[in-house]
Amino acid sequence: MNKKIANTMTNPDNNISERIKTLLFDNKVMIVFAFLCFGAFMVSGMQLEAVVAEVFTRIARNGFTVLALLIPVFAGMGLNFGIVIGAIAAQIAIFAVVYWRFTGLGGMMLAVLIATPLALLFGYLVGKLFNKMKGAEMIAGLILGYFADGLYQLLFLVLIGGVIPATDPRYIIDGGMGVKNAIDLTGSLKYSIDRVKIIDLALGLLILVVVITGVKLFLHLKKKRQLERKDLIIFAVVAILYAITYVPAIEKHLFADRINLIVALPLFLLFVVIRNLLAIYKNSKKPDPNFNRPRSIFYIALSVLVYILTYVPALESLIMSINLPVLPYVLITGLCAFNNGLLNTRLGQNMRTVGQSQTVAAASGINVDRTRVIAMMLSTLLACWGQLIYLQNIGTFSTYGAHLQIGQFAVAALLVGGASVSKATNKQALIGVTLFHLLFIIAPQAGNQLFGDAQIGEYFRVFVSYGVIALSLAMHAWQRKKPLEEITAD
Amino acid sequence: MTGFKKFVEKVGLPRLIIGSFFIVLIIVALALGLNAPFLFSDIIRRWMMYSILVLAMVPGVQSGIGLNFGISLGVVSGLLGAVIAMEVSFVNGWFYHFGAGAAWLTLLLALAIAIVISALVGAAYGMLLNRVKGSEMTVSTYVGFSSIALMNIVWIMLRFKNGQLKWPIGSGLRNTASLQESFGGLLSDPMVYESPRSITVYADVSDVGSVSVQQPKSLGFLAIDVNDSGFVLPLGLILVFALCCLIVWLFSRSKTGIALSAAGENELFTLSNGINVDRMRILGTSISTVLGAIGIIMYAQTYGFLQLYNAPLMMGFTAVASVLLGGATVTRARISNVIIGTLLFQGILTVALPVANELVNVSALPEVTRIIISNGIILYALSKTRGGNQR
Repeated sequence: MNKKIANTMTNPDNNISERIKTLLFDNKVMIVFAFLCFGAFMVSGMQLEAVVAEVFTRIARNGFTVLALLIPVFAGMGLNFGIVIGAIAAQIAIFAVVYWRFTGLGGMMLAVLIATPLALLFGYLVGKLFNKMKGAEMIAGLILGYFADGLYQLLFLVLIGGVIPATDPRYIIDGGMGVKNAIDLTGSLKYSIDRVKIIDLALGLLILVVVITGVKLFLHLKKKRQLERKDLIIFAVVAILYAITYVPAIEKHLFADRINLIVALPLFLLFVVIRNLLAIYKNSKKPDPNFNRPRSIFYIALSVLVYILTYVPALESLIMSINLPVLPYVLITGLCAFNNGLLNTRLGQNMRTVGQSQTVAAASGINVDRTRVIAMMLSTLLACWGQLIYLQNIGTFSTYGAHLQIGQFAVAALLVGGASVSKATNKQALIGVTLFHLLFIIAPQAGNQLFGDAQIGEYFRVFVSYGVIALSLAMHAWQRKKPLEEITAD
Repeated sequence: MTGFKKFVEKVGLPRLIIGSFFIVLIIVALALGLNAPFLFSDIIRRWMMYSILVLAMVPGVQSGIGLNFGISLGVVSGLLGAVIAMEVSFVNGWFYHFGAGAAWLTLLLALAIAIVISALVGAAYGMLLNRVKGSEMTVSTYVGFSSIALMNIVWIMLRFKNGQLKWPIGSGLRNTASLQESFGGLLSDPMVYESPRSITVYADVSDVGSVSVQQPKSLGFLAIDVNDSGFVLPLGLILVFALCCLIVWLFSRSKTGIALSAAGENELFTLSNGINVDRMRILGTSISTVLGAIGIIMYAQTYGFLQLYNAPLMMGFTAVASVLLGGATVTRARISNVIIGTLLFQGILTVALPVANELVNVSALPEVTRIIISNGIILYALSKTRGGNQR
């Protein structure tokens, strides 16, 4: 078995059927899941349009949190069940903001301001603790999540109102101690991120770039850092883009807070095509042994095919019926770019090295413990922001339940996308979140059609989410053990 | 000062903190004028109710699989045994034909089915754990969760006739099924021996509707209300627990038992002595699972209800935390750890509820305490035993 893998690795131009086999084998979880979703959909008899619309809502809602799991995987810390703690930081901030009656985007910004230091602190502590339990991070993270939930309940049930003065009867249980079970965010923070207009987003981007360029200019004047031409070009491009938004014909489109999929999809396909063309161009100048030319060509062809398919009337009307909230998708794209960009920085490289072997990393002068703590801080912070996105979209803050299943579902979603304990990519996270939530939407209805009981579908869904995790943890441990056994056998 | 330090080291910091907390709670409870006989019989009842489930940790740890979070497999096997036994008893009208003996027969049948299922499931689970050496705890946690979720589907799909088990309308089994008309309280409730119980008879067996069944007073020693003071000594439950402890102890003294703990302590050394380590681990896992199955039946018997669906989801965590609190580690566990740990853990939770109710009116406080203590203690144990570079 190992020889076969080694063989395919040394000789990439193996015969096609062999390669298809490896491709199928590597993506087996995803393929099985896709079939499962397809079957359940056929049985459920649900409207395709409703299902697709719901899936896009849920990607916006949960995608960010799932992507927050990637960094610890890079650093060899496995699947971070401890993201529950990031969610807890977000919920403390949300409660504070709602209690003080801040609303809208301003309120959400205040929540971010409160939650960020809290999440960084929590992440730091979690990282420190994980350094004492190397090799047991996953089980520790899981139990830490439950432990943190206990402390959270203590805070919300007893301390708020009991010790910390809080009296507002809208949020505090009659009797003055403890926070109510559910807090309605309608009129305060609900959709505060979803409803941000494109034009405001453009302004925000301009301000950000102006500030960054200003800082760089300041450093240049102080002679601390050379101002590069690239910096000025970025500034100019953004400024021109912003100027374009004043063109009336364009401006009227930018007052929307949603973007139709028929606009977003071609943009995405164009991005894929350009990226792969660039990769091919780069490779022709400087050949890279890891570069897979047929794959890039395949992606380009696929993109073109999908674009042509959008002209099929049935599909066109389906696509046109879907509107995406702009800012959540921008944030998800940004996080994908961040995850990719991180790997090209020194810190990201250090994380990779630590993830492969802590001994090698330590020998090459990397501060292993510090790198791991940073990875946990980043992951916790991202999960915290993810929870803010989630709650503002859901619109009801279930005080004692909103964070409980976060780690569970995010991990299951990532694994469904074909990731493993030691390897995960943006693509896997996004495919995973799509498939996992597809089953979430369909399963109860399918259970109802098959057995006359929606509850069965619901239980099946929970079983699948636990089962997927159990299976992939077991398979990972199994595969890791094999080489060891072969050594002892020799 | 050094003497104190040694004392702390010997007893262990968590036990010292939790133990003092327990004693303080009892003093507070007595000072508040809470009913002492009731309080102490509650402590003993809950101590014994959980102890077999906690005992299930011992063979697992000894055989080297670590803390068996997957005890849920044993728990669902036990529950399956119990519901099948109750259905068989109901459909065949055992109470109508045999009277008081039927409760005992049902209990024995439940145990027999549970032991057979759990032994098989445990062996299969042991084989899985042999393939994932080094990650047993993470894998077992999720295998445990999956088994509960899978059984949720089974519970809701079972079509039983026993009115105690099924929902009156709709399909599937109840969330909590009363054992009042079955083996509930036989080993722990004095009321069972004092007054007769009315038990519904299946219409296909006879049309009498219900029969009145009285357990023989001569068996009353199984659950004694000492001097009618309200202080109940559940002797039957204590005897069952003692018997299980004795079996585990005798087993650990036997040749196989010694081989089993050797396999857990030093795999390579044991291998070189010609012992099949993998088989020992399967045996240990299997025994652990069987004890889990017996444990949940005894738990339900004492509690008076079978809790199906998600109720046993976190039971593994409670058992793990209890044995750790008693001084066990990931690699070493003894019966004394079980007895001390369960007493401390369940004792605190039992006393905390009435005390919390008197002092602050927050009914959820004991539950919060349970979550914090149980997970805190597991984290503490993990940070002590792991560490260092694993790769």
